[in-house]
Amino acid sequence: MRAPDTELPIVCDSVSVLVGKLAILDRLSVTFGDGAPTALIGPNGSGKTTLIRIAMGLIAPTSGRVTWGGREAVPPLRRAILFQRPVMLRRSVVGNLRYALAAAGIARDRREARVIELLALVGLAGFEDRPARKLSGGEQQRLALARALARDPAVLFLDEPTASLDPAATKSVEDVIRAVSARGIKVVTATHDLGQARRLAGEIVLLHRGRAIETAPTERFFMQPQTEEARRFVAGDLLL
Amino acid sequence: MLTRRIVIAIGAIALLTASPALAQDKSIVVASTTSTQDSGLFGHILPLFKAKTGIDVKVVSQGTGQAIDTGRRGDADVLFVHAKSQEEKFVADGFGVKRFPVMYNDFVLIGPKSDPAGIKGGTDAIKAFTALKDKAAVFISRGDKSGTHAAELDLWKAASIDIAKDKGAWYREIGQGMGAALNTASASNAYVLSDRATWLSFKNRGDLEILVAGDQRMFNQYGVMLVNPAKHPHVKQDLGQALVDWLISAEGQKAIADYKVGGEQLFFPNATVPGA
Amino acid sequence: MPDQASALQLVLSGDPALFAIVRLSLLVSLSAVVCAALIGLPFGALVALTRFPGRAGVIVVLNALMGLPPVVVGLAVYLLLSRSGPLGSWGLLFTPAAMIVAQTILITPIIAALSRQTIEDLWLEYRDELAAMNVGPAGRIATLVYDARFSLITTLLAGFGRAAAEVGAVIIVGGNIDGFTRTMTTAIALETSKGDLPLALGLGFVLLAIVVAVNAAAWGMKRVGEQYAG
Repeated sequence: MRAPDTELPIVCDSVSVLVGKLAILDRLSVTFGDGAPTALIGPNGSGKTTLIRIAMGLIAPTSGRVTWGGREAVPPLRRAILFQRPVMLRRSVVGNLRYALAAAGIARDRREARVIELLALVGLAGFEDRPARKLSGGEQQRLALARALARDPAVLFLDEPTASLDPAATKSVEDVIRAVSARGIKVVTATHDLGQARRLAGEIVLLHRGRAIETAPTERFFMQPQTEEARRFVAGDLLL
Repeated sequence: MLTRRIVIAIGAIALLTASPALAQDKSIVVASTTSTQDSGLFGHILPLFKAKTGIDVKVVSQGTGQAIDTGRRGDADVLFVHAKSQEEKFVADGFGVKRFPVMYNDFVLIGPKSDPAGIKGGTDAIKAFTALKDKAAVFISRGDKSGTHAAELDLWKAASIDIAKDKGAWYREIGQGMGAALNTASASNAYVLSDRATWLSFKNRGDLEILVAGDQRMFNQYGVMLVNPAKHPHVKQDLGQALVDWLISAEGQKAIADYKVGGEQLFFPNATVPGA
Repeated sequence: MPDQASALQLVLSGDPALFAIVRLSLLVSLSAVVCAALIGLPFGALVALTRFPGRAGVIVVLNALMGLPPVVVGLAVYLLLSRSGPLGSWGLLFTPAAMIVAQTILITPIIAALSRQTIEDLWLEYRDELAAMNVGPAGRIATLVYDARFSLITTLLAGFGRAAAEVGAVIIVGGNIDGFTRTMTTAIALETSKGDLPLALGLGFVLLAIVVAVNAAAWGMKRVGEQYAG
């Protein structure tokens, strides 16, 4: 059973998340529409991870409204997320994938074909029976990506997908993200790596202190930043 | 995968719990005392009974008080104990059909070879118990409301000693079975009252030996009775009565008399003695 | 069992009575472990995964019940299954089934309390991923129990150890009937009361050897399993 393609656009309307008196997100409004990947950038603590969790539907905002394709409270049937530190289930590589496929409601007889397809996509063919927790960091990241793609998502959230990877592993993960985007899946990625944001994204959202300061196409954001914060951030001066 | 394992597990348990039900077809439960079991008497006579009748006898051996309670609750088909007054009350209260005397053995007063109370070789229980109290010799009491415990209390009374009042640090109630009492006495070189059967088959004697025996007041009468089916309809009346009848028959009485440990007869059949 | 034989002689000569006792001990204790696992694991997982008022109290009680005295459990089951008790018509008193019931009650809190801890630790690790995969409550419990299976083996062994070692409950509800409800521990109690301390001690060593063998088998399983599942 697949949900109809009603995930997009994802609209966060004046969303706040309070922890005690601290505002992690502060009346933030942003829209993720169809098209090229969106990169969320901003200093540590600016609210990137929280925004991703809100948009994924994992947590509810303290105030404000989130809609998916115009509806509220849509279960995450066609949304997927790659956490910053994904947790491998204590199973083999195929065990992890089969689990995700079952959780996504893929019929048993169609799962094996999807396993082969997904492993090929993330470059893990030949790793089938390896214990997932004994893979390297980059391999785990790609397996988590395959797992996220198992439900054939309309939108894929990535939370600093390459933060702890070496350059070669980073490149292989970025290649997969490009392939995913090319399939028409909307990608929203939080990243600290401005080079990565430029390479992957068609649109940049700069967060600062829980607010969306500037939203712009990638080229314009880096060439002609409109706000003082954006200028300072690109220059490496905006720390908090 | 998980569900299949659960199903198998449940099946295995069902099978396991069902098998005793099947095995119960021709079997009865007898509530009896530790002395009959621990002395090996049942190990000798029950195979003979089974060979004759095909009936499996499952013996639950407990203290007399607990055994009578087991019968009262209907958890046994037959009661085979040694506490005549309690047995008669059991029948009078309607829990038992009819009490039949079966056999007797005797109690013996056990103590350390050094014999600090100086009672060795006597045959008068009253004298011996009086000496124990006067010398404050360490004495282990069952203290568990068993038949042996009741017999011990009767002996104190017969010696005109109010043990509840007169007991001191020398009088130790352990609230356990005969074996435990003997183990305790052996470990602390104390005096203890035991049935002869349990004593003869008891192995951990240490420095203990029989000091006083043979007093009429130390005889220990066993009775057997069917638990009343009128009170507990599930009681296996025919099978249970078959055991009662066999125990008091000439054949059963001979089997009891034939049981010997170290060449010594332990139980003396007396089903035919009136009033036993 | 022949009176004069030592435990070693009984083992070496393959004494059928001894093996029947060993078999019954294993059957009763392993069945109790299976029953207690079927109740305790899901319950432990449920407490691990849910937040409700009074949860801390439930955990404290669960942990405290790990120290449930076997005699008390035996007595309660005895009163329950006695012909004069509420479940007397089942006719289970003085049968192996009654012993399984008593041991199940005895070790269910152990399995529930220990598995609660294990599963809660794993849950903190897994919760985001499972939420992202939209796994429902029943699926979560099944996943956590399955993925924690090698740690939970240790939990089950703790339950088995307790069941195999206890005498207080089985002797009351089983009645220590020769050839029917006599287990290793009740046989040891019987030989002790007969004053045959060497035989009792020897049987104790046989019991110990069996428990060690079961633990070794489980440990081997755990090792091999972890090799493949990581």
